[in-house]
Amino acid sequence: MIQAIFTVTENIPLTKDVMRMTLTGDCSAITRCGQFVNLKIEGRYLRRPISVCDRQENELTLIYKIVGGGTKDMSEMPVGTKVDILTGLGNGYDLTKAGDRPLLVGGGVGVPPLYLLAKELIAQGKSVTVILGFNTASEVFYEEEFKAIGCTVRVTTVDGTKGIKGFVTDALDGIDATYFYTCGPEPMLKALYNATKISGQFSFEERMGCGFGACMGCSCKTKYGNKRICKDGPVLEKEEIIW
Amino acid sequence: MVNMKVNLCGIEMDNPIIPASGTFGYGYEFAELYDINILGSFSFKGTTLEPRFGNPTPRIAECTAGMINAVGLQNPGVDKVISEELPRLAKCFHKPVMANVSGFSVPEYAATCQKLDQCDQVGWLEVNVSCPNVHGGGMSFGTSPEAAAEVTRAVKAVTTKPVIIKLSPNVTDIVSIAKACEEAGADGISLINTLLGMRIDLKTKKPVIANKMGGFSGSAIFPVAVRMVYQVAHAVKIPVVGMGGVTTAEDVIELMLAGATAVQVGAANLIEPYACKNIIEDLPKVMEKYGITDLNDIINIS
Repeated sequence: MIQAIFTVTENIPLTKDVMRMTLTGDCSAITRCGQFVNLKIEGRYLRRPISVCDRQENELTLIYKIVGGGTKDMSEMPVGTKVDILTGLGNGYDLTKAGDRPLLVGGGVGVPPLYLLAKELIAQGKSVTVILGFNTASEVFYEEEFKAIGCTVRVTTVDGTKGIKGFVTDALDGIDATYFYTCGPEPMLKALYNATKISGQFSFEERMGCGFGACMGCSCKTKYGNKRICKDGPVLEKEEIIW
Repeated sequence: MVNMKVNLCGIEMDNPIIPASGTFGYGYEFAELYDINILGSFSFKGTTLEPRFGNPTPRIAECTAGMINAVGLQNPGVDKVISEELPRLAKCFHKPVMANVSGFSVPEYAATCQKLDQCDQVGWLEVNVSCPNVHGGGMSFGTSPEAAAEVTRAVKAVTTKPVIIKLSPNVTDIVSIAKACEEAGADGISLINTLLGMRIDLKTKKPVIANKMGGFSGSAIFPVAVRMVYQVAHAVKIPVVGMGGVTTAEDVIELMLAGATAVQVGAANLIEPYACKNIIEDLPKVMEKYGITDLNDIINIS
């Protein structure tokens, strides 16, 4: 983990309440996809943890949903805003278990961290299939971006206004995957856990105090003992999860 | 040159800054960021006789200028703290550490303290009779003078180390509780623990925290800390360790003026991991600004 000052270079809406923020700054501490950063927002006490969607040497891309006051404030940050960020938080995904044909499954704002993961898997020559789940057509984002880097993409919407009608688990038919990676709301993670025979890694979300393992605010029980979502996670392996 | 050294219950500290229990784990997360030997000491995560997972999540809520936590004393239990955490800590911290202890019965407090009494690394025992996040223990011992005194006597009987009793602000008369602890043999008093607080989510119309209520901390509670440290420091002869919303070197000086011999920094560590380092580096400059050459000269003079 390092603390660095970043500068906002872009902050645009992707859908009605999902925004993409790009910032420049020192990204050297972000060593694995699936990690997150923790942003200080003027006037808010706790930092806001946001997953890393993409990073270059000095450029960080975050996709976030406006859910409360803090993310509303983020959405109103103009280009040029300086932001105090703790970077390189969390364990991230382990790519060594992917096999030749990894499946990536994202729901809503669980989709962003899968983008950097997909890029890295494709760079390793893997055949990557992605299922992106949303409620309705107007909430869909990043379908084209995943296609552009070479993923096979299936979109699901709960109301059937785009892609396959239903949940991400309704899009599993015919996919012969070697391993899977997922991030999304907990009911989706649990449904996927029950619907899959292959192994995989799950990225969890929890309200955090510090984001770096000090406060025990985001603990969970696993088969291998108590873990902190922020420090020992947010990625857990299927075999260790207790629902 | 200014003097930042203070003496807390017979142990000299390079400076009065102590990260507060529950905001600094067992030290390693911060030791990765900076040399934690610059600290006066630190108070490690509240430890109980048996291992505890703590409360269900969510355990954290945002507030204006503060936060609520309801962790519920998650810790691996005193035996693992002694066999695993303290040896690991010894590699990155070479000063006496403050052992923070909680319990659910008087014999449990005593048993945990007796075990920690055997550890050379432990300088002080900070006995928490004020945790708001557990039922049937913690704070219930800190809300009556008789119960607080009973815990104090039981702990004093099993240790030769200085015993500091950590008090709750969630009481009507903190002075009577502090005096009862002093009469029962306490070597020091630390205060304030968190204020009992609550938030409700307008969307779900339910409490944000799974445990419904939790401990409110952060800069918002600083004036309450100043008031209570002042009240207690003027009523007892033993040293007072002040805490509650401390964020800056100015806050440290203010709490010392109110009567604190040493100052703990809590929630600030969670949002600014370098908070204690920054305070220790700023303190000499702020002392000079206010014409203070020795921190010992300002303790309890307001």
